[in-house]
Amino acid sequence: MPTTTFSKAHKTLLALALASGLAGAHPAFAQGVIKLGFVGALSGQSAKSGEAITRGLEVAIDEINAKGGVLGKTLVLVKRDDESNPAKGQIAARELIQNEKVAAIFGGIDSPVAMAIVPIVNKEKVPYIGTWAAATPITRNGANPNYVFRVSAVDQLVDTALINYAMKTYGAKKPGFMLINNPWGESNNKGLTSAVADSKIASAGSEKFEDKDVDMTPQLSRLKAAGADSIILVANAGPGAQVMKSLGRMNWNVPVISHWGISGGRFPELAGDMSQKVVFVQTYSFFGKQSDIGKKTFDLLAKKYSDIKSASDIVPPVGYANAIDAMHLTALAMAAGGGTSGDQIREGFYKIGEYKGLIKTYRKPFSEQNHDALTAGDYVMVAYEGSQIVPVK
Amino acid sequence: MLTLAIVTGLGLGAMYGLIALGFYMTYAVSNTVNFSQGTSVMLGAVLAFVFSQQLHWAIAPSVVAALALCALWGVAVEFFAVRPFVRAGSDAWLMSTVAAGIVLENVVLFSFGNEPRSFPSPFSGPHAQIGGVEIYPLQAAVPIAGLAIACGLSLFMQRTRLGKALSAIVQNPTAASLMGINVTVAITVCYAASAVFAGIAGILIAPLFTVSADMGTLFGIKAFAVAILGGISSAWGVVAAGFLYGITEALVTSFLGSGYTNILTFALVIVALAARPHGLFGRAAAKKV
Repeated sequence: MPTTTFSKAHKTLLALALASGLAGAHPAFAQGVIKLGFVGALSGQSAKSGEAITRGLEVAIDEINAKGGVLGKTLVLVKRDDESNPAKGQIAARELIQNEKVAAIFGGIDSPVAMAIVPIVNKEKVPYIGTWAAATPITRNGANPNYVFRVSAVDQLVDTALINYAMKTYGAKKPGFMLINNPWGESNNKGLTSAVADSKIASAGSEKFEDKDVDMTPQLSRLKAAGADSIILVANAGPGAQVMKSLGRMNWNVPVISHWGISGGRFPELAGDMSQKVVFVQTYSFFGKQSDIGKKTFDLLAKKYSDIKSASDIVPPVGYANAIDAMHLTALAMAAGGGTSGDQIREGFYKIGEYKGLIKTYRKPFSEQNHDALTAGDYVMVAYEGSQIVPVK
Repeated sequence: MLTLAIVTGLGLGAMYGLIALGFYMTYAVSNTVNFSQGTSVMLGAVLAFVFSQQLHWAIAPSVVAALALCALWGVAVEFFAVRPFVRAGSDAWLMSTVAAGIVLENVVLFSFGNEPRSFPSPFSGPHAQIGGVEIYPLQAAVPIAGLAIACGLSLFMQRTRLGKALSAIVQNPTAASLMGINVTVAITVCYAASAVFAGIAGILIAPLFTVSADMGTLFGIKAFAVAILGGISSAWGVVAAGFLYGITEALVTSFLGSGYTNILTFALVIVALAARPHGLFGRAAAKKV
């Protein structure tokens, strides 16, 4: 049973940690609780992502605390809203580190915010665990030692998956890129350019748009004129919806394959009927046959949150799933490292062996060379059916 | 692609021009501007959404109530964020109007909610096609509203008693006051009208965009650029500059690529202002020496 494996892993690591006598060496540990921070979008266009991640982290914390916590201490989540603003994210991260003395910080949907926080956590030696933001340089940031880990997609791998899907499913030979004009869009521009080169096809071009742009028909008409046979979309829900509305106005019936940012808000409401025409990537779907851990996770979520009655209510699933696995892996890292200092947790991540999580069974998910727990094989393609996110072939 | 760019540019430009008319109104009469104009755009959209979608009022009373509250907001900005500083001979209204906008934006953020919402409208569906692009009735309504307001303002200033009083204030506030014109009330009325224009723009834009607490910020900034470009003392200039700015933006994006949009559009604004420092359609004020 997966739960048995999970329980054994926790108990073994907990015993190791207690035996090491290192518990209590860090302020976050001092008062009988271990504080863990979350800096993410709790308001604004991506508020849905913040809600999903918070719920995922909380349900995992409940599960861990019910089994005695970590190192004999109770886990507590301290949330801060970054409003999708890098400067506010930096302020929140500093406040969590300096005032709340958190042992680690979990990150949200926005790559620009995550990239702004990375230098701070590496300087302060506080582990940062990405649960959504996928920009490649977040974990591959050049720092040594590197305190940034991620249980989420990596743009470079997602971009390859998006291009492969466009080619295989739609026979795409000349995809056009519609990218949000920020560091996340830039990260994907590099990844997509590299992916089309590796696939030996050409790109119809790469167009940018701003977060608050109303009309994207000029950008789309350039791609159309350049012969684009599919669109790869990289944006969050609000601007993504404006792209789809513009596409609708042009009456251009072209396949749209999107990164997962659109699932972080009210995309079906904002884009209307056009929301149903996008295929996008996720790491988990609560639809279809579920593993024992999937069933248990659904039961825990339904018990804790009254608005969750079916799989369609767990939206966006990627936020829930990544956050749940990220929290469990972090608890294992603290236990394996024998304490809550940044170095102990960092070393602990490297010591994690096998863990049966919600998304997959992790086998030595982290090493000095690899701080990303998920790989290209862990993505699923989905689409909206009404407001539900369902898998597609 | 050219037709599409022009159609898109006209729609965007009309939005900027309509909002920029508010800058013209207050500047013409008081030499001050309401830098929270973008917030007034948001206020109009959010209030109309709340009344029509959440309280389920009919659309007409929702719009009227939203615009009335926008007018009240304009009065409050003038009373609390402009008048005290102007009377003290300070230019601090530059900052206080920005601050007023930030305060309102955050109040709306907490009360309205933190997620953008869709504002359904029977007029935001496709209606006609130009250059392969569907034109929604609301898209046509924005330029029509902008031109109608500019035209109405022109007639109002030339043909009505209050309009003539405002013109007198523009020319010489002290003399106007000595002639019995209540300058203070006139300025307050202009601030109310300015917020109403922005509110109209917000209500027209909302179904094409989304409704959120921060939706007006970028519109406000671009509208101010348009007001300066047109020559802030000319209603027709402001509207014309809006169209010019919108079309330039769309043409640059369509023919040179989106990477050049902001660089070239704002560079062109600088070049235009270097050639005509008082705006494309503005005139330098006469100074007695």
